[in-house]
Amino acid sequence: MQPSDLQTITHKEQAARAKYRARLLCCGSTACLSSGAAEVRDSLNRTVKLHQLGGEVQVMTSGCLGPCSRGPLVRLQEPGQPDVTYEAVNADLARRIIEEQLIPDLGEPAEPETGPHDLPHLRASLRKARAPRDLQDHMLPADNPFFARQMKVVLALEGQIDPERIEDYIAHGGYGALARVLAMMTPEQVIDEITRSGLRGRGGAGFPTGVKWKSVRGAPGDRKYVIANGDEGDPGAYMDRTVMEDLAHQVLEGMAIAAYAVGAQSGYVYVRGEYPLAVKRLEKAIRAAYRQGLLGENIFGAGFSFDVDIRIGAGAFVCGEETALMASVEGRRGMPRMRPPYPAQSGLWGQPTLINNVETFANIAPILNRGADWYAGIGTEKSKGTKIFALAGKLNNTGLIEVPMGITLREIVYDIGGGIPGGKAFKAAQTGGPSGGCIPAEHLDTPVDYESLKTLGAIMGSGGLIIIDEDSSMPDVARFFMEFCADESCGKCAPCRVGTTQMHRLLQKVLAGHGTPADLTKLERLGQHVKQASLCGLGQSAPNPVLSTLRYFRHEYETLVAGQTQAEGKA
Amino acid sequence: MPTAARSRPAPDAAEHPSGDPRFKLVDKTIQKFHGEKDALLEVLNTAQEVFGYLSQDLMIYVSQQLRVPLARVYGVATFYHLFTFKPLGEHTCIVCLGTACYVKGSGAILATLEKEFDVKAGATTPDGKFSLTTARCLGSCGLAPMMVADGNILARNQADTAVQRVREMLASRWAAAPKEA
Repeated sequence: MQPSDLQTITHKEQAARAKYRARLLCCGSTACLSSGAAEVRDSLNRTVKLHQLGGEVQVMTSGCLGPCSRGPLVRLQEPGQPDVTYEAVNADLARRIIEEQLIPDLGEPAEPETGPHDLPHLRASLRKARAPRDLQDHMLPADNPFFARQMKVVLALEGQIDPERIEDYIAHGGYGALARVLAMMTPEQVIDEITRSGLRGRGGAGFPTGVKWKSVRGAPGDRKYVIANGDEGDPGAYMDRTVMEDLAHQVLEGMAIAAYAVGAQSGYVYVRGEYPLAVKRLEKAIRAAYRQGLLGENIFGAGFSFDVDIRIGAGAFVCGEETALMASVEGRRGMPRMRPPYPAQSGLWGQPTLINNVETFANIAPILNRGADWYAGIGTEKSKGTKIFALAGKLNNTGLIEVPMGITLREIVYDIGGGIPGGKAFKAAQTGGPSGGCIPAEHLDTPVDYESLKTLGAIMGSGGLIIIDEDSSMPDVARFFMEFCADESCGKCAPCRVGTTQMHRLLQKVLAGHGTPADLTKLERLGQHVKQASLCGLGQSAPNPVLSTLRYFRHEYETLVAGQTQAEGKA
Repeated sequence: MPTAARSRPAPDAAEHPSGDPRFKLVDKTIQKFHGEKDALLEVLNTAQEVFGYLSQDLMIYVSQQLRVPLARVYGVATFYHLFTFKPLGEHTCIVCLGTACYVKGSGAILATLEKEFDVKAGATTPDGKFSLTTARCLGSCGLAPMMVADGNILARNQADTAVQRVREMLASRWAAAPKEA
């Protein structure tokens, strides 16, 4: 393929799309599929056929549309009009969306996109007003705070393209960044651009991406590797799953650009074994990219070759740690090793290896498309760009969101998340899962960035954000995470293997009402030891949930050790 | 979900490494990776998928085909959670214990199921009818608390509805597990 072929595909796709006066996007991600999205899509297709609208209304599967707890979701797009998303759609409602919202317009010319500014809104609101009340109840307009307060950079194409069609990605500018990079930029210029953008690793630690790329580029070695870390093990988080399922090509494009920048010839995507749909879509994306010549030998005729393969994990949280992940790719037990040497010097099979989170790779094409300065203009001084969070727990709107760095937790919880159901009180937000900590109500106005969260004893983490209300006991949440870490500890180093187990036992004792104040001191001391002496990130961060709940919710522990039984109604 | 495939145990595969067509699928994965020892995890993934669990004979077979010590095969297989070494029951129910499900009460659901059906999490009833297992997070947190019963995803459970749904599953009133899309 030549760069000009991208244009050819784009024109063809755009021409094909121009035929339609409306598009119905049916969410095809795991959450919606499991609540019946397949029947909804069938019903949409049947209705289109029944009314012979095949030539003017397009029904397609899209990526995640966001508010997963409200699925199945269907989005209606018409040129020049704001999108309307329908929630909790069933087969009957799907039929009615077409019959009651699209058929009355039959024959009416499509509104030109350049019309007066408020006209589309006016039309949409008229249409909404005309719709029967029960249909209106299912509508989430585009200016709903859940959508309006977000900022889509990485997920910009999600819900716009069919995740299983490479042509659709190309028609939206896909692989254009790779073409430009190969034609016009030296590897050093690419690294410089990424460095200037201020992008930091989205896996949680927040290491500057450009610096990492530079050190892999500078490492001696004739064979180098690029690995995308998609081993998302944090329970309660599914950002990476969604990125891999919906934007597989964006990840592959980012990997190819990274490979060019660091001088690698092959790469792996390491996917968590629990994500069969992500594996399927990545496999399909890789095959399509090879077919189009966007992977493999001599890409865009620029003399650059890059091969990608998938490796599937088999259920081990520790494999999210980079050295453990590489051991797993090599077919061994996923146990971490001492660093240095860092993977940049000696990684996969002893060769220099670049390993980044899939979300980090998905940031690359948008940065190169719109420029480092634009990207660096989003966010806070030290945390640039946007971050994807999986919003879950006790919230009215749970789902996947992308927000600019520096947004406050309050905006996320109350504007985007729609507050706590049942009029309950917010108690804490847990970020970073078993490696992170909790943020209590008094810090709701803290900006969400790497440094601020660290100061509070929490971490940015990979993007899991669980909201806990007054019904949950914080010591029990801490015990839940400690049990997880004790179970997932690989057993290589004693501080983690023994320490997490002992901490879990202490927490059990406290929760059973047999604890003493000395046990709390012991928990704190032990927590510090495990943090400082463990070999890898799992152990070093495992005490965080305990230490941070002790810091902000000590009274709950004290009530327990004062001999009172555990509060009623805890999970 | 790979776990869905596990719900169909392989009764006689373990005794006869030869002559069983499922070994061909294992061999195919080995060939795909040109017999490289590094592909051990991929081969074990396939083996688990087609046989439902890793029997000792199956691990010996993999060890011989890839020419890696049996100790390493066993070591790798026992390290990762997705591998199981005993056949699962006729029906399986997975209770998600991810954080989102946990704060919404999946711990209580699991405890109720354990008590009601007299089986510990991770075990199978003595009559081989029902396996109760847990998952760390199935990544569908919008559906919390969720369970997967014979491959059917059940959203927003409560302790009493969960018991009811498992009863229905055991009474086989459900269609066979749909294949993952």
